[in-house]
Amino acid sequence: MLSASSMPTDDASPDPDFSIRRLWYLRGVRAAFSVPGLILASAFIGFAGLAKEAGLTLVQTVFMVGMVWALPAKVVLVGAILSGTSLPAAAFAVALSSIRLAPMVVALVPEMRGTRTPRWVLYFLSHFVAVTSWVLAMERLRGIPRDLRTSYYAGLGSTLVLVNMVVVGVVYVLADSLPPVVSAALFLLTPMYFLTSLWGSARERAGHVAMAIGLVLGPLLHLVVPGFDLLGAGLIGGGIAFAFHLLSRRRVKS
Amino acid sequence: MTFDALDTWWWPFLFILVGGWLATDAWRFLGVYLGDRISDDSDLLVLVRALATALVAAVIGNLIVFPSGALADTSLALRLGAAAGGFLAYLCLGRKVLVGIVAAEVILLLGLWLAS
Repeated sequence: MLSASSMPTDDASPDPDFSIRRLWYLRGVRAAFSVPGLILASAFIGFAGLAKEAGLTLVQTVFMVGMVWALPAKVVLVGAILSGTSLPAAAFAVALSSIRLAPMVVALVPEMRGTRTPRWVLYFLSHFVAVTSWVLAMERLRGIPRDLRTSYYAGLGSTLVLVNMVVVGVVYVLADSLPPVVSAALFLLTPMYFLTSLWGSARERAGHVAMAIGLVLGPLLHLVVPGFDLLGAGLIGGGIAFAFHLLSRRRVKS
Repeated sequence: MTFDALDTWWWPFLFILVGGWLATDAWRFLGVYLGDRISDDSDLLVLVRALATALVAAVIGNLIVFPSGALADTSLALRLGAAAGGFLAYLCLGRKVLVGIVAAEVILLLGLWLAS
């Protein structure tokens, strides 16, 4: 009896493991409020305008932000909705634009996994992977105790998603009252954000080659074969860039 | 089966779920599954990255050349100038994303102000 009453039985006090996890979760939350996070939020301001322009309702737009998350995928999906594409073709275009998510997650998983991390946690957290959270995570996870990395990334990823759902909702409501000059400036944010961050995130020279060809081929093919522009630019640009990669490596070897 | 095909409240949400959520999270889940099973510098991964990069670049190009909203009312030359100027500023001034964005916006707003 005596020994039982001397045991800590207060259920309200969290076990130390939980409070440490919460601390690192909150540190992840704080990492979302940084310069990259601010740039992402401003790109989402532009997206809210785009979605409203395409005729999506407020709820549909905020739903799309939470469920899809990756900004290029959403821009492609809204583009498909705007041009009256059928569901299978829209899903195909979005899937093609999101292939890069797979290698990004492949690179992130070994970095993030703790010694006893359950698989379902990794599957759940992978939903938060998009350019900004990925760049931030690859940069900072190294300095975080391995068993707490999932807590940190959960804080970072979920905060980025929730904050931008709010941003998109607020901008959607206000978008009509924006002066045209401000609106035009906001629509330029998304392409400029991707133009610079995509260039910076390229792992090898072939990425820069693929990007340069894609930038030119996209609009050109849009004029010649609309509907096949993204796919065509991806296949041709990616193919040429990969050939460049193989050739330049052979030159280094010989 | 377009976005406006069915006049029910749930169809647009199903469209977003299948066309958006499934089409993106499938890749993320595949990424977790593959985990460290494939080497990060394998040629297959280089090809996949190159295809994906060219495709996203095409999206960027279309957003600049065929924009929507108020940006569509600006001239193509101004948009190309702003994007190119912003990208140059990014390349030359320490590769900061923020620098590239601010430079492009300044050029765009200056152009709109001079034209008005």
